[in-house]
Amino acid sequence: MSDLNKLTISEARDALRKGEATSAELTQACLAAIDAADALGAFVHKTPEIALARAAAADQRIKAGDAPAMCGIPVGIKDLFCTEGVASQAASKILEGFRPEYESTVSAQLRDQGAVMLGKLNMDEFAMGSSNETSVYGNAINPWRAGNADTALTPGGSSGGSAAAVAADLCLAATGTDTGGSIRQPAAFTGTVGLKPTYGRCSRWGIVAFASSLDQAGPMTKTVRDAAIMGAAMMGHDPKDSTSADLPVPDFEAMLTGDIRGRVIGIPREYRMEGMPAEIEALWAQGREMLADAGAVIRDISLPHTKYALPTYYVIAPAEASSNLARYDGVRFGYRAKMSPGDGITEMYEKTRAEGFGAEVRRRVMVGTYVLSAGYYDAYYNRARKVRTLIKRDFEEVFAAGVDAILTPATPSAAFELGKKHADPVEMYLNDVFTVTVNLAGLPGLAVPAGLDAQGLPLGLQLIGKPWEEGELLNIGYALEQAAGFVAKPAKWW
Amino acid sequence: MSIDRATAAKVAKLARIRVDEADLPALADEFNAILGFIEQLQELDVSDVEPMVSVTPMRLPRRADIVNDGNQQARVLANAPDAREGFFAVPKVVE
Repeated sequence: MSDLNKLTISEARDALRKGEATSAELTQACLAAIDAADALGAFVHKTPEIALARAAAADQRIKAGDAPAMCGIPVGIKDLFCTEGVASQAASKILEGFRPEYESTVSAQLRDQGAVMLGKLNMDEFAMGSSNETSVYGNAINPWRAGNADTALTPGGSSGGSAAAVAADLCLAATGTDTGGSIRQPAAFTGTVGLKPTYGRCSRWGIVAFASSLDQAGPMTKTVRDAAIMGAAMMGHDPKDSTSADLPVPDFEAMLTGDIRGRVIGIPREYRMEGMPAEIEALWAQGREMLADAGAVIRDISLPHTKYALPTYYVIAPAEASSNLARYDGVRFGYRAKMSPGDGITEMYEKTRAEGFGAEVRRRVMVGTYVLSAGYYDAYYNRARKVRTLIKRDFEEVFAAGVDAILTPATPSAAFELGKKHADPVEMYLNDVFTVTVNLAGLPGLAVPAGLDAQGLPLGLQLIGKPWEEGELLNIGYALEQAAGFVAKPAKWW
Repeated sequence: MSIDRATAAKVAKLARIRVDEADLPALADEFNAILGFIEQLQELDVSDVEPMVSVTPMRLPRRADIVNDGNQQARVLANAPDAREGFFAVPKVVE
């Protein structure tokens, strides 16, 4: 078989089981593709020795029979996941040189099921960003380009390296994390599939924390079927994360029938934004038609507090970040600033954090400090937590009224030019306008590639599901994927 | 609500992030842009709303109050920028 790196997880699994390919061959194909793709800035720590050793072990296990679906599948791991003995920096200078003594639960589950880690993937620093431009490693670049232009586009963020790597066939799939849209927005920008599971589905243990009440890991894949396979492998109860759900994980792949007759799909009127590009509006209308043609019932719904989601997020996420990132103090791990004579411990903290954190991380930590500080806690932080209750209630009410899933655009635009939105943080934050409600309500969300814009760039639609019903959500996504028939790939320039 | 230079300096101090004097006005401007965006939340009447504590209704699990880990001094210290004699080393704290 040729072009093994271009296979999907399900194709590779079937080929491995039939003996048509080995994990070693798959892994070699991916490693070669990675080495030829440094221009994309996707893989920031390569681990070929680990990959080849795991591939050899996977081939033994497959030969012995009964290997799990992920056995022998080469994947990339976002730099936010702690991986034992392998640099895990959250794309920050402050974790320079950090080599964890432990493995995150999610990456350990993948490892134990035989998945092959190819290396660590680029991202925004501490997952704070929507364009992968805040990374200490430099930008990740979208493999897609607009028409014949050679302008570098963002792959989105924060899981930009994961999205670029999957879209460019450097790996069969990758892990991502999503706090406000960091799986779904990059998936939409790169023509790939991204699943943010229900809060509590994937253990957060060993994943560098950004905003703990919002963070969730999930798969970034080439197809919805692959998201079902890899998603199930990443999920499950973990006593080491007190918010991990003690619920069985169903066989999502077995639920992909494509039969969505009678399912009620809500179309929230508040997501029709002023100034939304006509192409996004048209794509959304096509999505409605596709689901209706497949037998779903389309229903207009209202989520009245939608407009407050972004401001709520930009209180809660920085507040939690300021608390979580207090641990980076130059004492226990990572970077410590050079000291001047007479410097005490306070100077050490202040210099270490000023030099170790990038501008966006410093900004968010300080905003979080402000909204939690005496005198402002009620006005900002407590108020945001109350509005969050209202945002979640909006969803509960539509689900209680019989809606099975909600269809929205995934992003307000296609991938934009790198460097374009860097000056204005608030403009950058607007990227998450369609995705952030899902994190605030703890729901599962799925980005599915659904079309190309006039410049040939991919556009995605988002489906939002009920808590714990990823299987149902993936099945509706599967029906949408089949109807959309998205097969375009970026033309190779790297 | 408008943040001035002194407030910006105070927040930087609380966050233990050194900010040069010269950078404080720009920082205050950035705070004001973000807080202006957040200000919309004041429009809503939330007087009868409970603040969210947990996004999924759940009782936090408890474990038995027994030692279940330990004896990993070398691994705990392995990533320290400065570790001596089994401890994390920091600049002098008490005169």
